[in-house]
Amino acid sequence: MSTEAKRPPVQKRKEKGPGADGQEKGPPPDDGKRPATEKDPERGTEIEKDASPPNLAGTTLEQRRELLHSMLLQRRFEEKCAEAYALGKIGGFCHLYIGQEAISTGVMSMIRNDDYIITAYRDHGQALARGISPRAIMAELFGRQAGVSGGKGGSMHLFDAQTNFLGGHGIVGGHVPIAAGVGFAIKYRRGNQVCVCFFGEAAVNIGAFHEALNMASLWNLPVIFIIENNRYGMGTAISRSTANEDALVRAKGYRMDGETVDGQDVFAVREAMSRAIERARKEKRPTLIEMRTYRFMGHSMSDAVSGTYRTKDELEENMKRDPILLLHNRMYEAGELTEGEMHKIDDEAKAIAQDAWDFADSSPEPPLEKLYTDVYADTSS
Amino acid sequence: MAVLTYRDALTQALREELQRDDTVFLMGEEVAQYNGAYKVSKGLLDEFGPMRIVDTPITELGFAGVGVGAAMVGLRPIVEFMTWNFALLALDEVVNAAAKMLYMSGGQYKMPMVFRGPNGAALQLSAQHSQAWESWLAHIPGLKVCTPGTPADAKGLLKSAIRDDNPVVFLEGEMLYNTKGEVPEGEHIVPLGVAELKREGDHCSLITHGKMVLVAMKVADDLAKDGINIDVVDLRTVRPIDVDAISRSVQKTNRAVVLEEGWEICGMGSQVVDFIQRECFDDLDAPVLRVHQEDVPMPYAKNLERAAKPDAGKTMAAIKKVMYLD
Repeated sequence: MSTEAKRPPVQKRKEKGPGADGQEKGPPPDDGKRPATEKDPERGTEIEKDASPPNLAGTTLEQRRELLHSMLLQRRFEEKCAEAYALGKIGGFCHLYIGQEAISTGVMSMIRNDDYIITAYRDHGQALARGISPRAIMAELFGRQAGVSGGKGGSMHLFDAQTNFLGGHGIVGGHVPIAAGVGFAIKYRRGNQVCVCFFGEAAVNIGAFHEALNMASLWNLPVIFIIENNRYGMGTAISRSTANEDALVRAKGYRMDGETVDGQDVFAVREAMSRAIERARKEKRPTLIEMRTYRFMGHSMSDAVSGTYRTKDELEENMKRDPILLLHNRMYEAGELTEGEMHKIDDEAKAIAQDAWDFADSSPEPPLEKLYTDVYADTSS
Repeated sequence: MAVLTYRDALTQALREELQRDDTVFLMGEEVAQYNGAYKVSKGLLDEFGPMRIVDTPITELGFAGVGVGAAMVGLRPIVEFMTWNFALLALDEVVNAAAKMLYMSGGQYKMPMVFRGPNGAALQLSAQHSQAWESWLAHIPGLKVCTPGTPADAKGLLKSAIRDDNPVVFLEGEMLYNTKGEVPEGEHIVPLGVAELKREGDHCSLITHGKMVLVAMKVADDLAKDGINIDVVDLRTVRPIDVDAISRSVQKTNRAVVLEEGWEICGMGSQVVDFIQRECFDDLDAPVLRVHQEDVPMPYAKNLERAAKPDAGKTMAAIKKVMYLD
């Protein structure tokens, strides 16, 4: 694993940002001087950009600190996951979310407690952002009884009925129709919740995605489909897998509203969600949102972070747009966050991650009699 | 007791459960306006409306997943496949989602739903439309699998399946829809996992399920004319499977033939024979024989199709062989 990929954003910030030397040498994207449109270097397509960046004023300072904390918690938690995996404390497949945290944090910060979430196997960040106990998540990854799924699911299958977190699912695209079913149930009961469904850009080529979008639109289901476009389905670049990279044609194909947003910008994520939620609750219509992001780690723990299907240069270029760094910079420039405060938030996140590790490590494994429980539900009716 | 067709018995079960519980709904291709491809849902749209009797696009994987999602958040979906041959497209939702959700969520999300539709061969529908899937589905922990062979069992098992908190695969017989039988009115429940001894005799056990129950009854009638009396054990559900009923019968008769509609390799009969060798090893007076479809895709030509299918003649021959009468 490359040290670059693990380098914490605070240190990076100190190296490049307005730290001790007070000189702004950081990355340009969020300096408010971006052009109205810019070329996506990967695709050569135009991304629509607002003339000005999303407004901080839409959030309170307290909320912005919470957003920062949420993203940092995911980052620090998953750095511990990588460490635990290397030590053999976490087994199986383990897919890290590092680099994509603005999406989980932005989305979860906009939905209600009674809304539903369903996602694929890269699910740690979303579970943490939803507010599920870091201890219970880490215990699940360690295969312990106190795990959020009782130690029976593991990294790919985090479930939490208390927060309507309908799982981590391991088959690409397989959970997208399930999201439509949750939307169907909301409509059936005349509720006004929404169901948020996360999946990667590679899932848009699988039949289940198309079948689900068709029914969601046909039946006016309150589902928000979120493509987390991190540009690689495992090691296959989107340009090598997808005939038409414009995700929005998929929305149009099903008479559905859709938009593409900068998934590294937590405020852009929130604003897109705001529109989609309004559409779902008031118009009972689904939305497809492509959130453009980048995976800083490998697909899972078994592949090199760079060097095979992507270059180190590309990785480093994208790491300049670290979502945590972008939020930090913006708050710093607005004069509402000192380095000391940043360190305090970061230290809290580290402490929570360490506490989760300690809890998981000292928790018992599931007793053997649990092997045969939960295969079938007792039917009382 | 009213005499009903298998089809009407199913419709009655659906209607009664839709009336009893407003979280129950039916979805599938042609179930609503068309009244069902095989008319099992006839009249239900008029009675329950389009939110509960839902026509879907031809999108098996998609609407099976919709059923899974609705079940996760507390509805009780009945997903109809026009035939189980089309359900192969939906197996990811049946196997990877419905069957495993409770387990991989550590008991948090149960799946109170039914996947139902016709299974097995009809007449001259050839290879892609003539397949019996019960051994595939019974292989999966987390699923229950019903194979009713009579109208009364069709009604009683379907009511149990709808009320069950687990995903139940319900395999009907296209050739059974018009068959008739006495069906108790109202609250007639057949528990899942309980076989029925449909004919009693001491000479041999014929263990079967689903559409082959009719063949078995004919064989029993014909053999009785020759003074041979057999047990016909109708499994009714193949998961959970009633091992006690199988052993009770075989321990009594000391001989067994297992009859099924599907193919030989890894078929239901393989499992039944395994139970018999474990539970009745010292009781057996002859090797257990199996009757099943020939090991070929179903051909179209009438004579070839007839040759490929298990039937009364092949079953009769197998019984005579285990009785050393051939």
